[in-house]
Amino acid sequence: MSEPFLIGENMTGGYGPVDILHNCTIAVEKGQIAVIVGPNGAGKSTAMKAVFGMLNLRGGRVMLDGEDITKLSPQARVHKGMGFVPQTSNIFTSMTVEENLEMGAFIRTDDIKDTMAQIYDLFPILKQKRYQAAGELSGGQRQQVAVGRALMTQPKVLMLDEPTAGVSPIVMDELFDRIIEVARTGISILMVEQNARQALDIADKGYVLVQGANRFTDTGQALLADPEVRRSFLGG
Amino acid sequence: MHRNVMLFAGVGLLFVLTGLMQSWNLSLQIFNIGILSAIMALGVNMQWGYAGLFSTGIMGSVALGGLAVVVVSAQPVPEAWAAGGPRLLLSLAFGLAVIAAAVAAYRRLAGHARNWTVAAILVGGFFAYRAIYDPAVTAIEAFNPAVYGNIGGFGLPSLLSWPVGALFAGVAAWAIGKVALGLRSDYLAIATLGIAEIVLAVMKNEDWLSRGVKNLVGLPRPWPVPYEVDLQKSPEFIGWAQSWGFELITSSTILVKLLYMLIFGLVLLALIWVSERMLNSPWGRMMRAIRDNEVSAAAMGKNVTARHLQIFIIGSAVVGMAGAMLTSMEGQLTPGNYSPLRFTFLIWVMVIVGGSGNNWGAVLGGLLLGWLWLIVENAGPVFMGYLTYPLPAGALKAHLIDAAPHLRLVTLGAVLLLVLRFSPKGLIPEK
Amino acid sequence: MLNALVAFLNFVVVPGFAYGSQLALGALGLTLVFGILRFSNFAHGDTMAFGTMWVILITWWFQSMGISAGPLPTALLALPFGIAITCAFVLATDRVVYRFYRQKKAASIILVIVSTGVMFILNGLTRMIIGPEEQSFADGGRFVMTAQQFKDMTGLQEGLAIKSTTAITVVMAAVCVGLLFWFLQKTRTGKSMRAFSDNEDLALLSGINPEKVVMVTWIIATALAVIAGTLYGIDKSFRPFIYFQLLLPIAAAAVVGGLGNPLGAIAGGFVIAFSEVFVTYAWKKVVLYLASVDLAPTQLLQLLSTDYKFAVSFSILIIVLLFMPTGIFKGK
Repeated sequence: MSEPFLIGENMTGGYGPVDILHNCTIAVEKGQIAVIVGPNGAGKSTAMKAVFGMLNLRGGRVMLDGEDITKLSPQARVHKGMGFVPQTSNIFTSMTVEENLEMGAFIRTDDIKDTMAQIYDLFPILKQKRYQAAGELSGGQRQQVAVGRALMTQPKVLMLDEPTAGVSPIVMDELFDRIIEVARTGISILMVEQNARQALDIADKGYVLVQGANRFTDTGQALLADPEVRRSFLGG
Repeated sequence: MHRNVMLFAGVGLLFVLTGLMQSWNLSLQIFNIGILSAIMALGVNMQWGYAGLFSTGIMGSVALGGLAVVVVSAQPVPEAWAAGGPRLLLSLAFGLAVIAAAVAAYRRLAGHARNWTVAAILVGGFFAYRAIYDPAVTAIEAFNPAVYGNIGGFGLPSLLSWPVGALFAGVAAWAIGKVALGLRSDYLAIATLGIAEIVLAVMKNEDWLSRGVKNLVGLPRPWPVPYEVDLQKSPEFIGWAQSWGFELITSSTILVKLLYMLIFGLVLLALIWVSERMLNSPWGRMMRAIRDNEVSAAAMGKNVTARHLQIFIIGSAVVGMAGAMLTSMEGQLTPGNYSPLRFTFLIWVMVIVGGSGNNWGAVLGGLLLGWLWLIVENAGPVFMGYLTYPLPAGALKAHLIDAAPHLRLVTLGAVLLLVLRFSPKGLIPEK
Repeated sequence: MLNALVAFLNFVVVPGFAYGSQLALGALGLTLVFGILRFSNFAHGDTMAFGTMWVILITWWFQSMGISAGPLPTALLALPFGIAITCAFVLATDRVVYRFYRQKKAASIILVIVSTGVMFILNGLTRMIIGPEEQSFADGGRFVMTAQQFKDMTGLQEGLAIKSTTAITVVMAAVCVGLLFWFLQKTRTGKSMRAFSDNEDLALLSGINPEKVVMVTWIIATALAVIAGTLYGIDKSFRPFIYFQLLLPIAAAAVVGGLGNPLGAIAGGFVIAFSEVFVTYAWKKVVLYLASVDLAPTQLLQLLSTDYKFAVSFSILIIVLLFMPTGIFKGK
C-alpha cells in the first residue's frame, strides 16, 4: 500500500497569523483506527480540524482516497465521505434522537431506513429513546447520538474529537468498543483522545503531537511499549 | 484633520446656500434645530459610540425634556392647584411608596410568601393610588378646560428647565437601565422602545400635566431671547434696523433666531468640550475597552453593568436637555409631534453617518442630516413637481407630489444602509 | 349573573382571542427570524404594514372589477398576491442588505441597526404609496352572530356578537399555526430549519444549506406578517404608524414566550393580548350585573385608559426579563 486512505501531509497553519501546526502529518488506513494524543495545547484538535478543512493551511496538503481535497470546505468534505463529530455542541439538543439521525443524513437523497436500523443495532439505547429530545439524554448517550449522526452519511472516514470527554470510565470502555465495531465495517477512524492509554490500546496507529509537530509515530501497541512515551506522556 | 474641517465647511455651505436660495429665516431655523439634533447625537454617541449600548428610547428622553419646560416655566394655575394639587402630589408620593414597599418586600422575603406579598402590595397599592389620584385629576381638569385643565408649572425662567430636563431624562434612564442593562442587547432595544412610547402616552393622556393632545402653548422664552412683536415695537430696534436698511419684520425674526443660535451654539461647544475631555480621560478609555471586549474588561475587574448604567444615564440626560431646549424654543409642547422616526431613529442615523465614537462626527451628522431632513420636506414636493413635469395633471401626479415628503424616510434608510455597508466608521471615524 | 358572563365574553374574551391570534402570528414571524438569523428584526412591524398595503390595493382593484368572495372579505382573495409581492421585496432586501452581514458574521446588534434602515425604507414606501392615513377595506358579511340574534336565542339582556372578521382571524390563525407546526415537525426543510436554529455549526456540518434555510425563513416570516397585518386590518383598521407600533406588543409576545421558540410566541401573543384587554376594559357593565352598586356615570372601572396599552406589554416584558430571562418556554 503506497498511499494511506486519508492523509494530512506536512500541514502548517493556524487560525490566525500564528501557526499552531508545524509540518504535521496525520494519516489513517482503510478500516483502521488512528489516534492523536499529546499534552494539552499540543494542537491535537487543531490537527484534526486541519484535516477536515476547518482552518487555512499555509503549507502541506490533504489527500482522501488519492484525491487532493486541500482546497475543499468542510461541507464539501462531508460530501466526499468524511464524517466529523465535534467535541462539544455535537448534537441538536432540542430535537429528538431520530431527528438528529435524520439531520445527519440530510445530504442523502436515497432511503435512509437501513442506515438508521444499523445505527440502532450499534447503539440499542438510542432506539429505546428515539422519540426523546437528545438534550435530555445522559453524557454517554449524547455521544452515541453524536457518533450516530455522523455515521448517517455513510462516511468512509469518521473523525472524532475527544469522544470520551466528560464520560465515566465504564461508558468510555463501551464507547471504545462501539468505535472498534464501526472500524470493522470498513470505516476509517481518526480520533483525538485525552485518555491516551486506553485510546492507544485500541489504535492501529498512534500519533504523539507536541507543540503542533509529530513527536512519535508508531502502532498503538508499540507506543504503549515505548519507555520514553510511557514516561513523558502516559504517566509512567 | 484637514478633511474634517472641509466636511464642516461643506455642511456650512449647505446652510449658506439654503439662505441664499430659499430664505435666511428658513436656513437659520434649520440650523438651530440642527444644533439641537447635534446635541442629541452627542448624547446618543456617548451611549453607542463610547459604550456600545443600543437604545431606541431617545424619543422618550426628548419628550421628558419637553415636559420639564412645562413643569418649570409654564405659568401656574392657582385655581387648578387649589382644586387638587396637594391631593395629586399625595397620590404620586403614595404611588412611589407602593413601589418602594414592593421592592423592599421582594428583597426581604423569599419563596411563595414573597411573590404573594409583592403582588398584594402592588395590586392593593394600585387601587388605593387610583382612589386618591382620580378625584384630584378630575378636579384639576374641570377648571376651565378650554384654556387650562392642567395644573400649570412653577413659572420659573425657561433656562432653568434645561438642566431639569436633563434630570428628568436621567432619572428615567436610571430606572430603565436598572432593569434592562446587563441583559442581551436586543432586549435593551425593545425595552427602551417601549418606555419611550409610555412616556409619550403619559404626555398625551395626562391632561392635568401637559394638557395632552390639546397642546400647551405660551411657554416663556429662555433669557435673553426677546419676542418678535416686542422687538418690532422697540424704538431702539426700529432705529437700528432702519440704519442698516433692513426690513423690520424679517430682521426681528432673524435676530431672534440668531440669539437662539448663539445660546444653543454655546451649549453645544461646552458639551463638545466636556465630551472630548470625557472620551480622552482614563474613564473614556475604560468605556471603550468595555465596549470592545466586555468579557475581558469584566475579567479585569471592571464593573461593566455599573459603567453601562452610568453612561446610559449621562447620554440620556444630554438628550433630555436638548429636548428641553427644543420645547423652550418652540414655546409650546405638542406631544403629537414626537415620533420615534424623527426623534429616535433619525438621531441614530446622524450618529452612524457622522461617525460612531467620534464627538465631532456626531455633531457633523446632526447638522448634515438635520438639514437634509427638513430640506427634503420643503424641497421634496418642488423636486417631485419637476420630476413629474411631463405627466399630465391628474390623480397620479397629485399623488406623487403629495407623497414626496415621505421620500425622506426612504432616503434616510438608504443613507443608513449605504454608510453601514461601505463606510461603517462614518464620515469622521473614531481616532 | 349570566349576563355578566356574556358581557365578559363579548368584550374581553372574544376581542382578546382575535387580538391574541393577530399578535401570535406576528410574533411567530419575529421569533422565526430570530431563531435562524439571530437578530430582532425591527422592520417586522413595517413589513406587516407594507404587505397589508398591497393586500388593500389589490382588494380595491378586485372590488372595482366586481370580484368578491361572497360572504368572506375580498381581502382574503388578495392575500396571496400581497404575500407574494412582500416576499419578493423581503428576499431582495436579504440579498442586497442582510446577506453581506451574515457572511461577515456581524454582531447581532449591527443587524438590528441594519433592520432599522430597512424599516425606514419600508415605512417610507408604504406612506408614499398608500399615504399615512387610515384605510378601511373590510367587506363581506359583518357578523357571524349579532348581539340581537344572541339575545333572541337566549333571552338574556346582554348580547354576544361575533364579527365575521373575528371568526376569520381565529380560524386563519389556527390554520396557519397548524400548517407551520406540521411544516417544522414533519418536513425535511422544516426540520432543517429547527436544526439550524438549534446548532448552526452542526447544521452546516450536516450539509444543510444555510442560504436555503434563511430564504425559507424569510418567506414564512413574511407570509405570517402579511397575514397578521391583513387580519388586524380587517378586524380593526389599517394605519401605517399603528403597525409600526405593533412591533412593541409583538416583540413583547416573542420575548415572553422565549425568543426563537414558536410555541412560546403563540402563548406570548395570547398572554399579551389578554392582559391588554383585561387591563384596559371598562368593567362597569360586568360589575353592574354582578352586584347592585351605585356607580357614577363617569366611573368606568377601567384599570388603565386604553392609551396605556403599551404600558401593559411593556410591564409584562420587564417582568419576564427580570424573572425569566429566557421566557415562559425556553428560548435563546
